[in-house]
Amino acid sequence: MNEQTPISREERIKNLKGIGSARKRVEDARFTQGAGNYVDDINLPGMLFGDFVRSSHSHARIISIDKEAALAVPGVIAILTAEDLKPLNLHYMPTLAGDVQAVLADEKVLFQNQEIAFVIAEDRYIAADAVELVEVEYEELPPITDAFKAMDDDAPVLREDIQDKMEGAHGPRKHKNHIFLWEQGDKEGSEKALADADVVVEELITYQRVHPCPLETCGCVASMDKINGKLTLYGTFQAPHAVRTVASLITNIAEHNIRVVSPDIGGGFGNKVGVYPGYICATVASIVTGVPVKWVEDRIENLTSTAFARDYHMTGKIAATKEGKITGLWCHVLADHGAFDACADPTKFPAGFFNIVTGSYDIPVAYVGVDGVYTNKAPGGVAYRCSFRVTEAAYLIERMIEILAQKLNMDPVELRLKNFIKKEQFPYQSALGWEYDSGDYHTAMEKGMAAVDYPALRAEQAEKRAAFDRGETRTLMGIGTAFFTEIVGAGPVKNCDILGLGMFDSCEIRIHPTGSAIARLGTISQGQGHATTFAQIVATEIGIPAEDITLEEGDTDTAPYGLGTYGSRSTPVAGAATAMAGRKIRAKAQMIAAYLLEVHEGDLEWDVDRFQIKGNPEAHKTMKEIAFASYNQAIPGLEPGLEAVSYYDPPNMTYPYGAYFCVLDIDVDTGVVDVRRFYALDDCGTRINPMIIEGQVHGGLTEALAIAMGQEITYDEMGNVKGGSLMDFYLPTAVETPVWETDETVVPSPHHPIGAKGVGESPNVGGVPAFSNAVNDAFAHKGLTHTQMPHDHWRVWKTAEKLGLSG
Amino acid sequence: MIPGSFDYHRPQSVSEAVGLLKDKGDEAFIVAGGHSLIPMMKLRMSTPEHLIDIQDIAEIKNISIFGSDVTIGAFVTQAEIISSEALHGICPVLREASLQIADPQIRNVGTIGGNVANGDPGNDMPAIMQALDATFVLAGEEGTREVKARDFYEAAYFTARAETEMLTLIKFTAPAAGHGSCYMKQKRKIGDYATAAAVVILTMNGTTVQNVEIALTNVADTPLYAEEANRLLIGTSLDDASIKAAVEAAKAITDPADDGRGPKDFRTHIAGVMVERAIRQAATTAS
Ligand SMILES: Cc1cc2nc3c(=O)[nH]c(=O)nc-3n(C[C@H](O)[C@H](O)[C@H](O)COP(=O)(O)OP(=O)(O)OC[C@H]3O[C@@H](n4cnc5c(N)ncnc54)[C@H](O)[C@@H]3O)c2cc1C
Repeated sequence: MNEQTPISREERIKNLKGIGSARKRVEDARFTQGAGNYVDDINLPGMLFGDFVRSSHSHARIISIDKEAALAVPGVIAILTAEDLKPLNLHYMPTLAGDVQAVLADEKVLFQNQEIAFVIAEDRYIAADAVELVEVEYEELPPITDAFKAMDDDAPVLREDIQDKMEGAHGPRKHKNHIFLWEQGDKEGSEKALADADVVVEELITYQRVHPCPLETCGCVASMDKINGKLTLYGTFQAPHAVRTVASLITNIAEHNIRVVSPDIGGGFGNKVGVYPGYICATVASIVTGVPVKWVEDRIENLTSTAFARDYHMTGKIAATKEGKITGLWCHVLADHGAFDACADPTKFPAGFFNIVTGSYDIPVAYVGVDGVYTNKAPGGVAYRCSFRVTEAAYLIERMIEILAQKLNMDPVELRLKNFIKKEQFPYQSALGWEYDSGDYHTAMEKGMAAVDYPALRAEQAEKRAAFDRGETRTLMGIGTAFFTEIVGAGPVKNCDILGLGMFDSCEIRIHPTGSAIARLGTISQGQGHATTFAQIVATEIGIPAEDITLEEGDTDTAPYGLGTYGSRSTPVAGAATAMAGRKIRAKAQMIAAYLLEVHEGDLEWDVDRFQIKGNPEAHKTMKEIAFASYNQAIPGLEPGLEAVSYYDPPNMTYPYGAYFCVLDIDVDTGVVDVRRFYALDDCGTRINPMIIEGQVHGGLTEALAIAMGQEITYDEMGNVKGGSLMDFYLPTAVETPVWETDETVVPSPHHPIGAKGVGESPNVGGVPAFSNAVNDAFAHKGLTHTQMPHDHWRVWKTAEKLGLSG
Repeated sequence: MIPGSFDYHRPQSVSEAVGLLKDKGDEAFIVAGGHSLIPMMKLRMSTPEHLIDIQDIAEIKNISIFGSDVTIGAFVTQAEIISSEALHGICPVLREASLQIADPQIRNVGTIGGNVANGDPGNDMPAIMQALDATFVLAGEEGTREVKARDFYEAAYFTARAETEMLTLIKFTAPAAGHGSCYMKQKRKIGDYATAAAVVILTMNGTTVQNVEIALTNVADTPLYAEEANRLLIGTSLDDASIKAAVEAAKAITDPADDGRGPKDFRTHIAGVMVERAIRQAATTAS
């Protein structure tokens, strides 16, 4: 520290690169140079490799499994089947949703590509060869691929293992293929609102089955050290601590003897929250063989067997007055969960936070009923870049609003403005039980409308439509709006837990003698840039430059317990813990400073990076000086050292929101859609790093484009999975991706220590309805009320053709 | 996603390669750029025991042009086709179509020989070769023989090439100076095969069509040479009715599969749209 050249206060703030700084991502140096360290980069001495024999059928009894030829392949060590796991009681594992899932198919397969046997070999090539040689004999059974038929009287029973258990994890099951009925709100009241209304609209809106498809697939390395009894599990885990607890419960290895490490993760998007058969099999294999075992799935396995997302068939009904005031909302969802209920929702929320479905609107009465059913499809139902089932809810309400506007012959933006929750209504109690923390929806919407010049767009559209009718053009212009409200940051321990683990999160900060620091969190970055942004929170809270702070996550031996990263919860929960830990450090620092400056604590004030005597800023001690003092001076009444830990139980969720606008042109002869403009205004409260926010919005919008315009995992009537490779599963490239325009308003969260709400998932939540609304809007004047996603060339063309528009 | 095991050979000449093909029989596959074959091997849909890598064979790496006679070696990459100004000067549709194949990384490695020999109806070059009336030179143990592109394709992955033969050269005469051409391809994204695609090579005599060659990609289990459509257009002034008749004739010969790109009727419809648009676009470049 050079006292000769005092720097200005502004300069000192700038040097911290704290909250609000567009600091470059510290992670990028290694990622852009190919020096990331992913699970598949981990190679331990003597490591074996596991690979799965998977089911070719969607529903069949296993008659026999012949492993002989495969075992004869040189280099094959062992082949596990359900028979081998049964004595350990590991042939089934608990899911995060209160169900059980077969680790290796036990007598029966329930979806194509289900895990049947686990081949353990000296390398992955030998394992793959041996997989080909395992012969499985099946007796085919009729599959259920249509969720609407799952509860038919004559439907085949899929889950024989639980067929006598008619009381499920979330209440009674009304059919052997039924999982739960989850109801929220006032059913009678909403039915009355519908009966009394001037205007009612109703629509069946399907959010198709898609997949998070992270670029890095799921995998792990299990390493059992038989000498000291310790199991180390490296894996693509979005929730390493929860994995450790689950692993301990199912293997009976004491939790202190398990170390779970999430190294660099190449994208998660919800796909890496759950526990997969590969993890269990690799662990068992390592326990049995005493050497490390790696399992990494390939792309097809990822798309067809590890957690899918959505697959919600949603019926919505809205009641409104002639003038367009919404008087009630009623919805029912048929939720296709596949063969096992492996959603990763908080325990009490089997349909996640779908009851955010009243959206951004002041709706007096509402009802939601969700029926979950089993089908012969892969399990999952995870939150693909959204808080639990929030994208589904936002899609439903944002489509329904447009449909209502059409019926009322009103502009959809005007209808939204008329029904928004008003600024002065916050904190707002929704009809379905949430307390929205803060917002100013009218300002955000009006800012967005001005930015895109909404009236001019509508005028242009009217001209284009007239030109189309005159036969001068074959393209139709669509304008799509979405105004979404998310619910993120799960969540308050009083109602949010996963397998009984409260959904708090944590941060531990340790200041080194020379004034640099390390912070450890219970979360884990999968590309979100935690090492960059959380260091910025610490920097602002304790006045140490972000550059001087190491951030560590993902190793359960060192990180404090936390529930991990998904549902935009890292900033709302662990970010809050970080600020609180920083404040604890500052409180102790204040005592040290008071001692050093020989004043009372109350005489000091905090200023950027120091404590100074009120009214005499020259008399101060910087955090750096205080840190050193904490290590080298005996301060009466204080322990040496400077560190703190905070476990943060959030008092409420946070409610980010945004106004999105999409403008596109549709070639009615080919179904090709050209997105010419996309504007996204996000309000995520306090903005920690604007550059990272922009990056998150770009990525999320690109995923939204993919979902709305092309992604789908489908099954034919035999239950054969389609779209399980990147040839068919739509991942847009830079060429298909439009230029994204981003914007913001800032209404901080009143209950979060730094006012931040979380942003990573907003663009996926708001983007999908904006795209879909734009496609629907293009045809609205021709009488279309709703056409299902994905809006790929074929479906768009089909829509035009049905309306008599295609040549 | 892991191929079965195989032996690897790298012959230095066509005769050495042909000798290996004969020795190893149907267990041997030629690998050129590998961008069709290796994905198939990773899916274990193709399990060759021997791979014969032809990248060291100098004889099959050149583009030569004498007047309007063009010879392209089988190992010329798609990127090399794109960057050849001489080729572009006399036959622009090759660059235009090559630029619509996959993405730059794949085009740097994928070869024209692999693209036409593969026999995948999704490949773009076969229809171009049919429109150009190209000839494929096949080398076998008994020497070489020539097969017309229009006679080469039998079914998906079945061609007139015997397993013991290697494609060495592609020959064609460039269309007359002043011809117009277009390759119109609809796909879902970069790197995708065509939902449907059409090539049109058009020579005008004043305002009437002197000659036209239309061929289609990925709307049947082979590329389709649209003979009837051509016949219906020759001698017309490209009036709407004639174009419509040609489009209908082209659609009539399609038999696409239902796949992720859409059902049969849609892909046939798109084939018609591509033909119509390609005719109109080719007409704007013809003189
Ligand atoms: C993601 C992706 C997208 C693609 N998109 C397209 C596209 O849009 N359009 C398109 O046309 N192609 C596309 N391709 C295929 C690509 O163009 C291939 O490179 C091409 O089809 C084959 O050329 P190759 O040199 O790679 O052949 P290889 O893969 O090496 O060989 C293909 C087949 O031809 C045989 N073969 C190769 N050379 C000879 C020879 N000289 N004599 C006899 N047999 C031979 C091989 O034995 C093999 O059966 C795509 C490929 C990928 C991976």
